[in-house]
Amino acid sequence: MGETGNMSPRTLFEKVWDAHVVAAPEGQSALLYIDLHLVHEVTSPQAFDGLRVSGRTVRQPLRTVATVDHNIPTTPRGLPIADAIAAKQIEALQKNCQEFGVPLFDMDSAEQGIVHVIGPELGITLPGMTIVCGDSHTSTHGAFGSLAFGIGTSEVEHVLATQCLPQKKPKTMQIHISGKLAEGVTAKDLALGIIGRIGTDGATGYVIEYAGDAVRALSMEARMTLCNMSIEAGARAGLIAPDETTFEYVRGRRFAPEGKDWEEAVAYWRTLASDPGARFDRVIEIDAAALAPFVTWGTNPGMVVAVNARVPELKSFAQEADRRAAEQALAYMGLDPGTPIEAIAVDRVFIGSCTNSRIEDLRAAARVAKGQHVNPKVRAMVVPGSQAIKRAAEQEGLHRIFLDAGFEWRESGCSMCLGMNPDILQPGERCASTSNRNFEGRQGRGGRTHLVSPMMAAAAAIAGHFTDIRDWRFQ
Amino acid sequence: MQPFRKHTGVVVPLDKVNVDTDQIIPKQFLKRIERTGFGEFLFYDWRFSGDGKKTGDFILNAPRYAKASILVAGKNFGCGSSREHAVWALADYGFRVVIATSFADIFANNSLKNGLLTVRLGEEQVAEITRRSKEIEGYQLTIDLETLRVEDGRGLAAAFAMDEFSRHCLLNGLDDIGLTLQHEAEIAAYEAKHPVRGAMKAILAG
Ligand code: SF4
Repeated sequence: MGETGNMSPRTLFEKVWDAHVVAAPEGQSALLYIDLHLVHEVTSPQAFDGLRVSGRTVRQPLRTVATVDHNIPTTPRGLPIADAIAAKQIEALQKNCQEFGVPLFDMDSAEQGIVHVIGPELGITLPGMTIVCGDSHTSTHGAFGSLAFGIGTSEVEHVLATQCLPQKKPKTMQIHISGKLAEGVTAKDLALGIIGRIGTDGATGYVIEYAGDAVRALSMEARMTLCNMSIEAGARAGLIAPDETTFEYVRGRRFAPEGKDWEEAVAYWRTLASDPGARFDRVIEIDAAALAPFVTWGTNPGMVVAVNARVPELKSFAQEADRRAAEQALAYMGLDPGTPIEAIAVDRVFIGSCTNSRIEDLRAAARVAKGQHVNPKVRAMVVPGSQAIKRAAEQEGLHRIFLDAGFEWRESGCSMCLGMNPDILQPGERCASTSNRNFEGRQGRGGRTHLVSPMMAAAAAIAGHFTDIRDWRFQ
Repeated sequence: MQPFRKHTGVVVPLDKVNVDTDQIIPKQFLKRIERTGFGEFLFYDWRFSGDGKKTGDFILNAPRYAKASILVAGKNFGCGSSREHAVWALADYGFRVVIATSFADIFANNSLKNGLLTVRLGEEQVAEITRRSKEIEGYQLTIDLETLRVEDGRGLAAAFAMDEFSRHCLLNGLDDIGLTLQHEAEIAAYEAKHPVRGAMKAILAG
């Protein structure tokens, strides 16, 4: 599988890339083979229609896996979907999967969940793969050392028809994170800290590799959180070299290789790490120990400060365009410059999304919520990333902790991350959210989103305002 | 795909940085299963107030820009979600060109597939075009993909860059699935060497 020999040292990204080049026509983009194509209801109907119009088929149905996640309700399954247009989109996916022979984890499936949650949890996502999905947070799967990136609907059609994608080779960026994260500082804070430093376009045109001691120490759940947010820094993909933590996570999962296949796979995966001396186009050094729990104050994820800081003053922005953007953002967010973050009260709390809805995230939030009660002014919601996570959490009794504390406990889906289903903010409502985008209107028109970690979200739900989790008195 | 060679049209200045695809087309309009009809929802939350009436202060609502077909904006245009609906909405509304200092990668790719030209210019040039399109009523630009030039016939002229292959596809309106399928032999050979994993064959059982 892997190519060895006396080549110059290569990065993880270059190894995965090289192993998937089907053709490299002169003067054109390379043609990459796609190992896994994940499909959901929102960005696929027009692609399947395109196939029908041109008389094409799905070339590799078994390298294609579909689920419904974006617009489904998170109220108990089995109730009819009240939104007729959403229902039509779900039906379209069911029909398309049936017509083209694509496996579908449907609404009533025990494996349904957010597309970026179920791939890894079912052992469908593996190290060294190329993975695409009509969703920008496909970068999540890079946590396994696969090259995973979001594509548009035309490209979805392209991959359905050909299992390949012409791609320009991106530049490479290493983000080297040394030291140790402090107690209460999570992978989410790491991601927000990086975006705050390099900006939402800091990695545009690049593929990121996260490396260093702090990354090695992260669990797979935490690595997925970190890679998930790569796109928020502009990078289509963010990768982490597979290691024992990765293999431990993948081993024994439902569709993971077994027996001799497993041994061979692991042997190959071990060859994927960047070679010593491999060159990156850009290297960024981060000191994990210097990071704090972060809270976004504006309308993109780069507008972020530590929880114990204040909303920035407008004069702190050097560039005129950035100053104006900050001014507009603060007007939208209903915040004054100089306000201490901990003085900002919240109306809603959302714990969920492909960034922070995995079992470890729920455990962390439950630890904060245990024995406490949600502030009477706050409505708080926990939405597990998948049915499997929901079952696991219920087995551990996490749902009891949340319900006793006054959180809502929902069915799995994207939910209030993008508010395509009925879970939305009302105009002016302020939300502490574990999702990934605080764009204007993202969680509902006029809604004000602050991105935080699961622990910070749970603490805000209880306190009624943002509060520094490092000072939390756990019960 | 509609080929793009040369276009002359009215310019509307958005004068914003980091315009994300959630703004270009809000999520409530992503439930449609067609590719058409997204134009009326373009920049919906900026163009319309909560009760569905046109807002007074958003530039696209100003009558003098009603026929605009060229949008000019600040850095990192099209960031965020991969939704191609953003490009469909811009194109359906009547835009043929977006000019900015930089674009998000997925947005730029999606534009290419739909014959919407993304033109990267320097900060000063974007600022100058923004200024002129605010000051001069009916301000027009001509974008020529054959010569890779932008001109306003009033002394402003700028060159832009684009990789040769993308340019070739745009100029000729090529269907790139067709281009990929010319490599059928190589794809088949790759697949013969890398068959579908045995474990995945069980997946259809649910
Ligand atoms: S949870 Fe949010 S970011 Fe993740 S796939 Fe769903 S909508 Fe996209």
